[in-house]
Amino acid sequence: MFKVEPRPETSKFWSLASPLLALVITILLGSLLFVALGKDPVRGLQVFFWEPLSSGYRIGELMVKATPLLIIALGLAVCFRSNVWNIGAEGQFVIGAVAAGGVALLAGKDTSRLIVLAILLAGVLGGMGWAAITGVLRDKFNANEILVSLMLVYVATLTLNYMVFGPWKDPAGYNFPQTKTFEAVTQVPRLFPGSRMNIGVLLALAGVVGLWIFLFRTRAGFAQQVGGLAPAAARYAGFSSRKALWTALLVSGGAAGLAGGLEVAGPLGQLTPYVPAGYGFAAIIVAFVGRLHPVGMVFSALLMSMFYIGGELAQSRLGLPKSLTGVFQGLLLFTLLACDMLMAYRIRFLPSTSPAQT
Amino acid sequence: MSIPRLQLAHITKRFPSVVANSDVSLTVQAGETHAVLGENGAGKSTLMKIIYGALKPDEGSVLFNGQPVHIRNPQEARALGISMVFQHFSLFDTLTVAENVWLGLDKSLTLQQVTHSISAKAREYGLDVDPLRPVHTLSVGEMQRVEIIRALLTNPKLLILDEPTSVLTPQAVEKLFVVLKQLASEGCSILYISHKLHEIRELCAACTVLRGGKVTGTCDPRRESNASLSRMMIGAEPPELEHHERQPGEAVLRVRGLTLPREDQFGHDLDNISFEVRAGEVLGIAGVSGNGQRELLFALSGEDRRAAPDMIQVGGQAVGRYGPAHRRRLGLHFVPEERLGRGAVPGMSLAHNLLLTRTDAVGRSGWIRVGALRDQAAGIIRRFNVKAGGPNAAAKSLSGGNLQKFIVGREIEARPKLLIVSQPTWGVDVGASAQIRAEILALRDAGCAVLVLSEELEELFEISDRLHVIAKGRLSPSVDRARATVTQIGEWMSGLWVVHALRDAPHPSPLPRGEREQDQGTNHV
Repeated sequence: MFKVEPRPETSKFWSLASPLLALVITILLGSLLFVALGKDPVRGLQVFFWEPLSSGYRIGELMVKATPLLIIALGLAVCFRSNVWNIGAEGQFVIGAVAAGGVALLAGKDTSRLIVLAILLAGVLGGMGWAAITGVLRDKFNANEILVSLMLVYVATLTLNYMVFGPWKDPAGYNFPQTKTFEAVTQVPRLFPGSRMNIGVLLALAGVVGLWIFLFRTRAGFAQQVGGLAPAAARYAGFSSRKALWTALLVSGGAAGLAGGLEVAGPLGQLTPYVPAGYGFAAIIVAFVGRLHPVGMVFSALLMSMFYIGGELAQSRLGLPKSLTGVFQGLLLFTLLACDMLMAYRIRFLPSTSPAQT
Repeated sequence: MSIPRLQLAHITKRFPSVVANSDVSLTVQAGETHAVLGENGAGKSTLMKIIYGALKPDEGSVLFNGQPVHIRNPQEARALGISMVFQHFSLFDTLTVAENVWLGLDKSLTLQQVTHSISAKAREYGLDVDPLRPVHTLSVGEMQRVEIIRALLTNPKLLILDEPTSVLTPQAVEKLFVVLKQLASEGCSILYISHKLHEIRELCAACTVLRGGKVTGTCDPRRESNASLSRMMIGAEPPELEHHERQPGEAVLRVRGLTLPREDQFGHDLDNISFEVRAGEVLGIAGVSGNGQRELLFALSGEDRRAAPDMIQVGGQAVGRYGPAHRRRLGLHFVPEERLGRGAVPGMSLAHNLLLTRTDAVGRSGWIRVGALRDQAAGIIRRFNVKAGGPNAAAKSLSGGNLQKFIVGREIEARPKLLIVSQPTWGVDVGASAQIRAEILALRDAGCAVLVLSEELEELFEISDRLHVIAKGRLSPSVDRARATVTQIGEWMSGLWVVHALRDAPHPSPLPRGEREQDQGTNHV
């Protein structure tokens, strides 16, 4: 028999060990899943956890997918730490992509390279603007930001569809719903030849450092978090809750918009209805698996990216559906939430009449 | 000798981090009023929950009327004849008194029968309660009477009262004591939990003292002095406070005609409150909690910014519209009543909690100098004798008294011109209370203006130079501490400073409505 009892203090050890244990359990459950699907579990795990790392090119691809996840998660961490539940990063990402794409479409053959700056800036502003709608509704009308931001995701996706099915459709595109391919000058500079990695990686890492400084070394970052941890204490201290709300939404909206801009002016190179790849939702998992800590989120972004690539490989190599990606992401989040119980509680095994091992 | 009503033998109860009761034995005779005395955290509540069946002891036995019993839940306790009146009432605001009582009873009775028995019990013990009044129109003292009647309706053999006087005016306490003495004379045993020594000496014939979960003494409190009881309770006598005569200086805080409608529906409107606090004096505001203290403090601290600018003046500046940070820069520091969640962020370190009100370790660009912050916290921990794991200990890991010392220390170390303290020693052990009161007086002697709001009259009489009373959102005239009497302040706590009440225009207080309904109630009976 065993007994679950509260710990006197939350365990530091388990706050680090819990994500690792969650990963182990996810792998175990994943193996069972492969067996149930009639595949060799060793081969399945190899496809998910080894092949994405097996060559320089693949590692580059891992980075390409981890970058938007990390950038969005960094912004979301500011939100979640201040108790603002923006779960519409996907919509902010899409509108950021639309705004950036709009600027990219303006480029001609002899436009300056500097247009990349304008494209990324448009992405940031687009994302901020979309998040600001949620901000106004919450601030002025006390609307629930979870619902509002989530519903705006669908509005954002429909806006994108309208643009690519309508005004921005490439006249020479055989009626496919997509814009023309952007000019080469709009391409976000790549880091190495032969890899699709671009300066987005550097921006994300700069964001990691910036967020760490903001959260742990500035009074503004402190005030932002107090509002989330103890609203009455924030009011007592005189920290404005409105300021915290706007900071959280504008930072996370801007970050998601930047990720959208980097995506269209990077790997995608045009706007299509397939811009929303679920990064905005996956980034929520990245943020929590990374403990809302800038460094932790680097690792969780890489892991989630690995699941994306693993899912694609599982499709081509093993003939399994790509939705395995979502299954793995969901498994990881659920097992993490379960393992987090160990931070506040401990399990004590009691000697009893039936010495069952649990 | 007859069989004791209740016997606890060698009760031990362990929680993961603490042994709440260790080998506690206690005997209550029939018709005896037995005090359980101890500081916060001494294990009183745990022991009572064991008797009432809300907790199971790890070791030890309980005998009721000589029979060993295993009380598994409060229903079983009530069936045996054990009733308990908790410190926090469990009444539904929107229901009437009778409906509330009916809810907790056996369903074989009709509401009408319950109403009748409430009135009968009320008459029997002189407890003035109208069963048909909705609970939200009752004063705190009246709500307690409802809880007591509810307990009495089961005809208990043993009544447990947990800190029953903490919400009562002195007059209401006297009334309660009359009821309790009558009950005891009828053979009901009473377990009376308190940390107020004079009450125990007046009421109880036997006393068990707990410290750190262990019994440190049993005695007849009528033969003891406050000093000897306090020695058993805390192991030492609290030091005497030194109260120097001092001529107060300029008014630092001026409140003029502060009138504010309530923010939430169970709050209180503030009605034309005026007073001032001068440099070098401690002004005390007494009053039963829930009479507008919370609203007044929100308005003074700047957490509520709806007051007109010149209703509140700090150092001659109209600050009514300024937020807490701005007022703090003018020298106003505030220690709120809620330590965790308002005065401190529970999960954050003590060092980081300094940043709520202090900016000494923050550079001009907002950069936190972590080393300086830690040193500052360590300094406060040393100077104010805070028992903590160090500057990095989370606020929630400290005991109430130690966290209060840290918060008071944080505000005092800022050298305020005006310090406002709410319930400075609420839930704080005797030793820490004495230290906090001494620090407040030292600050006053250094020329700071101090405003203290407290429910504990004793405390206010100990540290204040002048007193006001707040009742129903209005403030009494001020009276010098030297000329004030407990009786007078107690009357004022019920809102009875007649001159002012008559002079004012009709006021929408719940009282007239309550009286009307009471008349109707007596017609029903």
